[in-house]
Amino acid sequence: MESIKDRVAIIGMGCTQFGERWDAGLHDLAIEAAYEAYQDAGVGPEDIQACYMGTVTAPMIGVGGTVVADALKLRGIPIIRNENWCATGHIALIEAVMAVASGAYDVVLALGVEKLKDTGFPGLGTGRGMHPVYEARRTSPGSFSLIATRYFHQYEIDPEKGKEMIGKIAVKNHDNGSLCPKAHFHNRITLEDVMKAPIIAWPLGLYDCCGNSDGSAAAIITRADLAKKFRPDPIYVKGFGVAMDSMLPHFRPGFSWTSFDALVKSSHKAYEMAGIQNPREDLDIAEVHDCFTITELAIYEDFGFSPRGKAREDIDSGFFTLKGGLPVNADGGLKCFGHPVGASGIRMTYEVYKQLQGKAEKPERQIKNPRRGLSHTFGGPPQMSAVAIFGNEKG
Amino acid sequence: MIGIVSYGAYVPTFRLSRDLMAKAWLRGSIGGERSVANNDEDSATMAVEAAFDCLQGKDRGGVTGVFFASTTAPYREKEISSLVAATVDLPGEILTADLGNGLRAGAAALRSAFDAVGNGSAQNLLVAAADCRLGYPQSEHEQSFGDGAAALLVGNSGVIATLEGHYAVSNEMMDVWRNAGDEFVRTWEGRWVLGEGYSALTEQAVKGLMKKKGLNAKGITLAAIPAPDGRSHRRMVQVLGFDKGQVVDPLLAQVGDCGAAHPLMLLVAALEAAKPGDTILMVAYGNGAEAFLFKVTDEIRNLASRRGIKGWLNSKLPLATYEKYLSYRGILETQPGDPFRLLPSATAYWRDVNSILRFHGSKCRNCGTLAYPIQRVCYTCRTKDSFDEVRLSDKKAKLFTFSLDNLAGRSDDPVVVQSVVESEVDNARIYCMMTDCQPKEVRVGMPLEFTFRRIYEGAGFQNYFWKCRPVR
Repeated sequence: MESIKDRVAIIGMGCTQFGERWDAGLHDLAIEAAYEAYQDAGVGPEDIQACYMGTVTAPMIGVGGTVVADALKLRGIPIIRNENWCATGHIALIEAVMAVASGAYDVVLALGVEKLKDTGFPGLGTGRGMHPVYEARRTSPGSFSLIATRYFHQYEIDPEKGKEMIGKIAVKNHDNGSLCPKAHFHNRITLEDVMKAPIIAWPLGLYDCCGNSDGSAAAIITRADLAKKFRPDPIYVKGFGVAMDSMLPHFRPGFSWTSFDALVKSSHKAYEMAGIQNPREDLDIAEVHDCFTITELAIYEDFGFSPRGKAREDIDSGFFTLKGGLPVNADGGLKCFGHPVGASGIRMTYEVYKQLQGKAEKPERQIKNPRRGLSHTFGGPPQMSAVAIFGNEKG
Repeated sequence: MIGIVSYGAYVPTFRLSRDLMAKAWLRGSIGGERSVANNDEDSATMAVEAAFDCLQGKDRGGVTGVFFASTTAPYREKEISSLVAATVDLPGEILTADLGNGLRAGAAALRSAFDAVGNGSAQNLLVAAADCRLGYPQSEHEQSFGDGAAALLVGNSGVIATLEGHYAVSNEMMDVWRNAGDEFVRTWEGRWVLGEGYSALTEQAVKGLMKKKGLNAKGITLAAIPAPDGRSHRRMVQVLGFDKGQVVDPLLAQVGDCGAAHPLMLLVAALEAAKPGDTILMVAYGNGAEAFLFKVTDEIRNLASRRGIKGWLNSKLPLATYEKYLSYRGILETQPGDPFRLLPSATAYWRDVNSILRFHGSKCRNCGTLAYPIQRVCYTCRTKDSFDEVRLSDKKAKLFTFSLDNLAGRSDDPVVVQSVVESEVDNARIYCMMTDCQPKEVRVGMPLEFTFRRIYEGAGFQNYFWKCRPVR
């Protein structure tokens, strides 16, 4: 097996304003993201040879990849759609990377888009997924808070103290989001706000949960050896890892609910490809799947950012803040961008791409001299994880 | 010897204060409380509960028939006895039938079970009766009715009570009824209904049986006499000449009149109080009346312990408001929640019946891993198609992790307790919702049991599945 390292580069990216985009439909969002990416890469639609796209909740709007064909008029080329829940955007990106690495295409568009705010309901809804009979009435907050309850139990943390521990992750991400113009939410919050907020799915309260937003993000991918023809500062793909686990971890004998095989295996595969020995030291920025605060905590431990059971110490010391040893979710994460499912993976990669280029919109949120960045999404009830690692120079 | 081999019952967790009901309408209260089926219960699920109670310690292989009796079956056309049979995990080669349309349906099912075992068409026949009738809002019926179930196993070995006599009378009158399509029970003038209906016919049936058997009230140890209200019950006891000590509590103050199930529930209450040699009278009223005389055998001492009536009666939670009752029973339409987007499938339901209704897991023959639902490829060792099925429905479990989901529920019952449960059998994991609980008291590690419930209606039929609940 050959590594993907330094064979493929991103030469342009686009990201819409995230939020309650009452003004924009699915097509508008895709156009906004794609045309920013075209401009950033200095290409036009006629240069795109294939498109890998992902969207989850909009089967009524178009089947297959027709959303892109209809919105962007990219006709006569392959448009391959995937649906992998929250990891959908990353899978589109990784498919595009593999298509270029194979030599089949030189310039490929990866696009994720989701229009959540046309359904009449605030959340992702109940009754999705597992089985027409076993499916319980549950929502995403209800599914992910199973992790928090078990984590508190396993590490003998009083639930109120546990809520404070993960609440600090929300405070950090809101601090970061307040500086990021494209985020849905720009409000800074205090730990007291988190603790007093209404409960959504105990133990998770309002500020432990990401918002529901509309959005889209896009990337233009080419061969590494062609990249500098398009721009002086392409971002190289260093590695990726994808791991799927059972759709029903809830029924899986022995499942711990505090550590996830899919997180461990996807990150380790990506580290191996990218040549990362110690992620805590070797990474300069990580955009990880903070759909809920407890998810971000589980990722710290499964990705090797924090020793197992010790994430609390790193949270308390501010290790993951913008000025800390490893800034995590420097743009405010899903907490502040919301989670338009198919778009999120590429939106997170957009933040890593801009930071590695030194082009964060505001100097106060630019990380100093970053070299390596990671983006990641984790989906399902939860069981599917996708990781990608990028760098701003070869080697 | 033919007779009752085992018994069981069910009373739902929730009880509603009749004073609360009366206060809502600024009317008089008949006092006490009534049982109320939870929003995920109906006559089918309550019958299943009573059947499980009845089958404690009994070999399911020996049960060759099921009769279901109710005036409130969840389907107008579709057997519930076959649903009960599959859910309690009986074999397929059995007799099933539903009886309904009258308040004597439970007694008729019991009588028919004796006939069937007597003539050899079944060896052991399970009778399960359940009712959850609706009185008109504001009516006295609304207060006096209750929800509950009873089950009796009739067979020819291990008999705990023999049937010594039976006497029936039929009487056509429009006293209480529901027209096709009616939700609520209608009634004619009360004095006539009670005087010429309930009182006259109950007396006629009991006295007819006594005469037939050459008995008087002194010859009966325990009298299970249902009545529509406490006053009618007291009068009937007096007319029949029973002393207080002989009379089984009619369950009107704490449960209410459970329709076709009620006579059988009182028979269960009598059996759990009975000693060998006792005689039990049970009477049932509804367009006529029939009286049964049972004699208790020594075998009753060997019966495995069960909940019966006593075990459920004091295991209860208050239903907080009358409005919740109206909404739980579908009388009042409340704000709809987020629609449930996954429709059940009749074919999936049928194909996976061993996982879904029989609640079987698969135990790998190679490595011993027990998984639910049945897995063709083992989680642990990936051995394909080599497993034994294990029933998990009647086994205890404990809570592994949970969340209190405020977005997933109904607007009248908003908190869904998402539960990952570990069975006492090989730590099999089951993901389900918790019911009949106080969400604030839910803790990791708490002991749980499984209960069969109506999950939701979709695709035009009821989707029944399992939930967990704190051990009652």
